[in-house]
Amino acid sequence: MRETLRLGGGAGFAGDRLDAPIDLAERGELDYLVLECLAERTIALAQLRRRRDPAAGYDARLAERIESLLPILARRRVRLLGNFGAANPLAAADAIVAIASRLGLPVKVAAVTGDDVLEMLDPDAPTMETGVALSHYSPIVSANAYLGAEAMLPALASGADIVVTGRVADPSLFVAPLMHEYGWAPDDFDRLACGTAVGHLLECAGQLCGGYFADPGRKDIPGMANLGFPYADVAPNGDALLSKVEGTGGRITLATATEQLLYEVTDPHGYLTPDVTADFSTVSLTEVGPDRIAVRGARGRPRPAQLKVSVGYLAGYLGEGEIGYAGAGALGRAHLGGEIIRERLARRFSQLRIDLIGSTSLHGRSFDSGEHPYEVRLRVAGRAGSRDEAAVIGDEVEALYTNGPAGGGGARKYVSEQIGIVSTLIDRSRVSSAVTIREWRGTHAEAL
Amino acid sequence: MPKLYELAHCRAGDKGNTSTLSVIAYRAEDYPLLAREVTADAVARHLHAIVRGEIRRYELPQLRALQFVCEDALAGGVTTSLALDAHGKSLSSALLEMEIPR
Repeated sequence: MRETLRLGGGAGFAGDRLDAPIDLAERGELDYLVLECLAERTIALAQLRRRRDPAAGYDARLAERIESLLPILARRRVRLLGNFGAANPLAAADAIVAIASRLGLPVKVAAVTGDDVLEMLDPDAPTMETGVALSHYSPIVSANAYLGAEAMLPALASGADIVVTGRVADPSLFVAPLMHEYGWAPDDFDRLACGTAVGHLLECAGQLCGGYFADPGRKDIPGMANLGFPYADVAPNGDALLSKVEGTGGRITLATATEQLLYEVTDPHGYLTPDVTADFSTVSLTEVGPDRIAVRGARGRPRPAQLKVSVGYLAGYLGEGEIGYAGAGALGRAHLGGEIIRERLARRFSQLRIDLIGSTSLHGRSFDSGEHPYEVRLRVAGRAGSRDEAAVIGDEVEALYTNGPAGGGGARKYVSEQIGIVSTLIDRSRVSSAVTIREWRGTHAEAL
Repeated sequence: MPKLYELAHCRAGDKGNTSTLSVIAYRAEDYPLLAREVTADAVARHLHAIVRGEIRRYELPQLRALQFVCEDALAGGVTTSLALDAHGKSLSSALLEMEIPR
């Protein structure tokens, strides 16, 4: 058995930086690189793309990612796992093979499917958020169960260089290679919990290294323009050491690691994944050197009986308009602009939100300290059933140029499609995953 | 009175319409003070205009941290909110504005 395995966190969301994982793959001496590319809404948006084009629906930046990483992964013998298959892992595998053949790099790709449960959704099932039945949220465009590490094990056992999935629990992307390499059993809950803690620490990539952390003068982080992405050396017993590539920006400290360990955790004593119920309250973090944090001690209990399903539905269109005011009386003029819009649109839009950016837009009047901010930006937002109707909001804000308060400048308007997400539960027995291999073995000449 | 900002750091996370807020002491010796003063009720009062639902507090002395889980805190939820900061990423800064009696 290996003494340690090195897992790298190469993306924390679909739009994450593309250069940091290149450096991590090139210089990190990794065994596995993991790219986590699916926020809540990403897969629903991908499903909409797939409806328009059956060969689409995977990560929109897959080509860029694979083209830049594949030569390095091949040379360094690093295996890649990621949920960049989004709504169409099979098409993603085909696209990867096409890129590999173009680059002349033999590749074996394993696509993991089975997370798409749209067809078996029970409209009467209650949502976890409100208890209201799913049928209340329509039209539903996607429903994806969070698969666990076990769904990826056959893909890893196939010897694939790249494992591409749709929706899987983020930490499971890291737990899977640990189960595969170390033979951790599905009921080895303490080790699975340790792997889950490591996965959770790495899944947001730069957020472990000072991203979403820095606060000049209080929490200083050097070199953020070249923020290093993290890796973990995980031992067979689940103990791990977090670090990052020498010479990259950012810091990994007790403070950054503690923030990330608790990030989005709604119960530190029972963090639920498809693999395990993990207790993070028993985790100890120890600084063992510069940018080196030891992690150990997570405890596990049996995994939840059901799988969580993320359901995407069309929630109309968001219309927004903004315009700025400055100098003496800026706040009053921005407020007046907002009141003008409210008077004109309140009857047309059931939900209208008026924000004064620079004053009360983030936290309302809770901490309103400045009576006279030098500049204020008025923002108006509302939802509508159609793109055209949503556009009215930006048009009305823009019209404040000539019909509104003095000195309004820099108007901008936006319309965006809204995808709502609710969650429900599904019995494990109803979800079955599958693995499909796609391969390019090189040209005949190279094969000889 | 010093602000919580002087004693602790905080990261906001989101799950649907729920916001998670960690409060992590810079110095281990300040953890008892935080555990005593930064109660669920105190946070509820401090964030009354933002958090509409229940607030649960978890004590994590081994991490010198408190974790607050705030229900109905994100104006209906990340995906359909009209708010600018739909994720509530900036709520960490709101919480650190809290004043702490010594």
